[in-house]
Amino acid sequence: MRVTFTVNGRRQEADDVWEGESLLYVLRERLGLPGSKNACEQGECGSCTVRLDGDLVCSCLVAAGQAEGRDVRTVEGLAAEDGTLSPVQRAFVDAGAVQCGFCTPGLLVAADDLLARNPSPSDGDIREALSGNLCRCTGYEKILDAVRLAAARTAGTVDA
Amino acid sequence: MTPPRPGAGAARDRTEPGTGSTGLTPAGLTQGAGATKGGIGESTLRPDGVLKVTGEFAYASDLWHEDMLWGYTLRSPVAHARIVSVDTSQALATPGVYAVLTYDDLPAEAKHYGLEIRDTPVLAHGKVRHHGEPVALVAADHPETARRAAAKIQVEYEELPVITDEASATGPGAALVHEHRTDHYAGHVPHPNVLHRQPVIRGDADAAAARADAIVTGEYVFGMQDQAFLGPESGLAVPAEDGGVDLYVATQWLHSDLRQIAPVLGLPEDKVRMTLSGVGGAFGGREDLSMQIHGCLLALRTGKPVKIVYNRFESFFGHVHRHPARLWYEHGATKDGKLTHVRARIVLDGGAYASSSPAVVGNAASLGVGPYVVHDVDVEALALYTNNPPCGAMRGFGAVQACFAYEAQMDRLAAELGLDPVEFRQRNAMEQGSVMPTGQVVDAPAPVAELLRRVKARPLPPERQWETSEGPDVRALPGGLSNTTHGEGVVRGVGYAVGIKNVGFSEGFDDYSTARVRMEVIGGEPVVTVHTAMAEVGQGGVTVHAQIARTELGVTAVTIQPADTRVGSAGSTSASRQTYLTGGAVKQACEAVRERVLALGRRRFGSHHPAWATAELVLEDGKVVTDGGEALAALADVLGDEAVDVELEFRHRPTEPFDLRTGQGNGHVQYSFAAHRAVVEVDTELGLVKVIELACAQDVGKALNPLSVQGQIQGGTTQGLGIAVMEEIVVDPLTAKVRNPSFTDYLIPTILDTPTIPVDILELADHHAPYGLRGAGEAPTLSATPAVLAAIRQATGRALNRVPVRPEHLTGP
Repeated sequence: MRVTFTVNGRRQEADDVWEGESLLYVLRERLGLPGSKNACEQGECGSCTVRLDGDLVCSCLVAAGQAEGRDVRTVEGLAAEDGTLSPVQRAFVDAGAVQCGFCTPGLLVAADDLLARNPSPSDGDIREALSGNLCRCTGYEKILDAVRLAAARTAGTVDA
Repeated sequence: MTPPRPGAGAARDRTEPGTGSTGLTPAGLTQGAGATKGGIGESTLRPDGVLKVTGEFAYASDLWHEDMLWGYTLRSPVAHARIVSVDTSQALATPGVYAVLTYDDLPAEAKHYGLEIRDTPVLAHGKVRHHGEPVALVAADHPETARRAAAKIQVEYEELPVITDEASATGPGAALVHEHRTDHYAGHVPHPNVLHRQPVIRGDADAAAARADAIVTGEYVFGMQDQAFLGPESGLAVPAEDGGVDLYVATQWLHSDLRQIAPVLGLPEDKVRMTLSGVGGAFGGREDLSMQIHGCLLALRTGKPVKIVYNRFESFFGHVHRHPARLWYEHGATKDGKLTHVRARIVLDGGAYASSSPAVVGNAASLGVGPYVVHDVDVEALALYTNNPPCGAMRGFGAVQACFAYEAQMDRLAAELGLDPVEFRQRNAMEQGSVMPTGQVVDAPAPVAELLRRVKARPLPPERQWETSEGPDVRALPGGLSNTTHGEGVVRGVGYAVGIKNVGFSEGFDDYSTARVRMEVIGGEPVVTVHTAMAEVGQGGVTVHAQIARTELGVTAVTIQPADTRVGSAGSTSASRQTYLTGGAVKQACEAVRERVLALGRRRFGSHHPAWATAELVLEDGKVVTDGGEALAALADVLGDEAVDVELEFRHRPTEPFDLRTGQGNGHVQYSFAAHRAVVEVDTELGLVKVIELACAQDVGKALNPLSVQGQIQGGTTQGLGIAVMEEIVVDPLTAKVRNPSFTDYLIPTILDTPTIPVDILELADHHAPYGLRGAGEAPTLSATPAVLAAIRQATGRALNRVPVRPEHLTGP
């Protein structure tokens, strides 16, 4: 089948899609957008997190056909057109929240979504919002630091 | 949109040149500007960080090639069986399938591989020995086509009784997992199903026991832990015109892979060219081969590039796990709180194939008493061959299981003596000059008592943190958002533990690393290129290599080349060894480059200034500078059109094998120590645990990158937390089949399960090591687990002799 949807503001089309393919597979293998990661493909780890019409979803659990005509935002769409990193991207690098980095794209999309809803989250809010994203390297401390830093920089309470 | 290309993910650090010193000539001398920015000791940022946050970093599973096929592995659904027949005809007839391979298709005489003992079949032949063993391979034009074709392969199994524990492995009439063993351990083991056995005997434990005022004995069980790295096993094999193959893969040690891959492909090593692709974590689980040989076989057979990516289910079968263990301990002490003796027996389940089990045994035996001074010791450790999943390397490597047990024993003995558990540990703590049970003298700082003092001195987190003005915040309570308590039945406990881990490969292994460093002028600026085969798996080695080059060569612009087999071996990214070994190699190569650069400078400019001959010269900020801070020349002028290029091997001091009867010998290179204090809150009615804080103090000798070191300690601590309260691969004792191969059923800590992890870093230099550094990655994984257990014991009053602790262990009679 053919699937057509918008990814990061750009119309995309994939042909010869097998009906069983996930949105994650089509993004990674057919559209050349491998930023969303395939750590479990069971909806448990959050590394494939994207926004579908604004809602956070595990793209591994969305059939590609379900994305037909809809708006998908992936990690590749977080930075500005000129490559300027978004606040959460910059903060993840600066705070040491990236080690192997495999969980990072999903965490960034989830953290970006959190800060859009709640610009000054408490630690409890951050933990709750990111509890669907597994990280095996960091012990999460630097990830908390990064989200706090992104929030503070956006609020202007620390230097960007 | 350009799909990712092979190799694009390799860490590439092209730091922009800073404020250079172009045009500086010996005629225009200025003062040196001091140490070059971005050197060791600074928390410089990862060179691959931006690529990783934009999604551009190419991990092994992201690789793509024109005309690429997908490989799939058919695995055994049973743990132990004779293979009666294999029929691939229907699979081969499936449209879109390019190849189906079984044992009979293997091209070379060599059909087995293995890290040390080559006992692992590339594809099963006649027999399968564990659940999930590879039996056949398929290459097809779509992963689903490959999977469906594999399902059409008809394999007839005749099931055999399973060997699952010590009783079934070594009891009378036990069947043999491997018949006709010829490996070099076979001659000294008490039974062919014992892979390796290592005693460590020192002094006279029986006589010492007679002097003890208190003796405690205990039996402990340690569950099977999975590395659970998030990036699944993946790689892309591309057949080459010369009959060889180019392999892009996520691994921990390229050259070890190469030595195992080439023989079974029937190719010389130079026809198998390996490049590291992006690695999504490892923790020991990529030390053994996974898809490497399979991908190459399919690529060579089909003449097309073949990509293999495991899904999470397959990943649980695609790599070895941490050895589950049973441990028996007897500790004695006098009433003034001095240990008299330790007796221990540590039985590790190695599963169906050897992997790195012998070295894990050596660690468990030699480190089995912990960081304590004990003169009379009788320890034995052994690994079994069974039909359980193969076990091998995981962060902490044999020292983790023992630490859980000996620290439980230390608490029990302190209680028996009426002593504070930290005070009791400190009275027996090893220090520099202490002698290990192996007879090895600890000849570097060993601040065991100080680490304990530091975690204990830290203020305790406030009680009842869940209380807010708007009522209880259940996220801060055991059970969390399940809303199982608002504080009723919640009891706090505090526990301590400390551990000892070796750094580097031990027991006489020739453990070296190779680095190539080049300095040249590009665009008027001096630029340094570092090329090693070190596997960057997330630990930050690439960050540190650039820092070392800046410190040693005074150049800001450092490029880290992708890791591949065009340069010599860097050894494994394991055993907390890479900063020591490959960092050491980069440092030494930089020193050699510096000598040559200075020789060039003396030749060109020596007559211009007497300091060229008389002063100690260093490279700083792109210049040659005297130790007094006077700049003699710009590096750009010294080098001109010449490039200085050095490749060399770096070794740590040699070690010895342990004596097979007594375990005596200078077996280890360096020791690493960490201590934890755990604060937990337990819902004693439901058996739910919330870890509130897990504070760590660790000596790292020298923190080359403090931010990365903190990240290693916090990450290692969290893996120790995981085995304490949730993580376990459950293997059915009747069938030896894995029952929970998914992240639905194998739980690793989420951000809600993980507490605050304050880190206190000591830097007591080990003068044997580069910059005095001490390998840091593993020690925190040891002591986190027993500290959490001690805290839960204090909260519940229960003995708790197994990990992970489950609610049913904390409730009921």
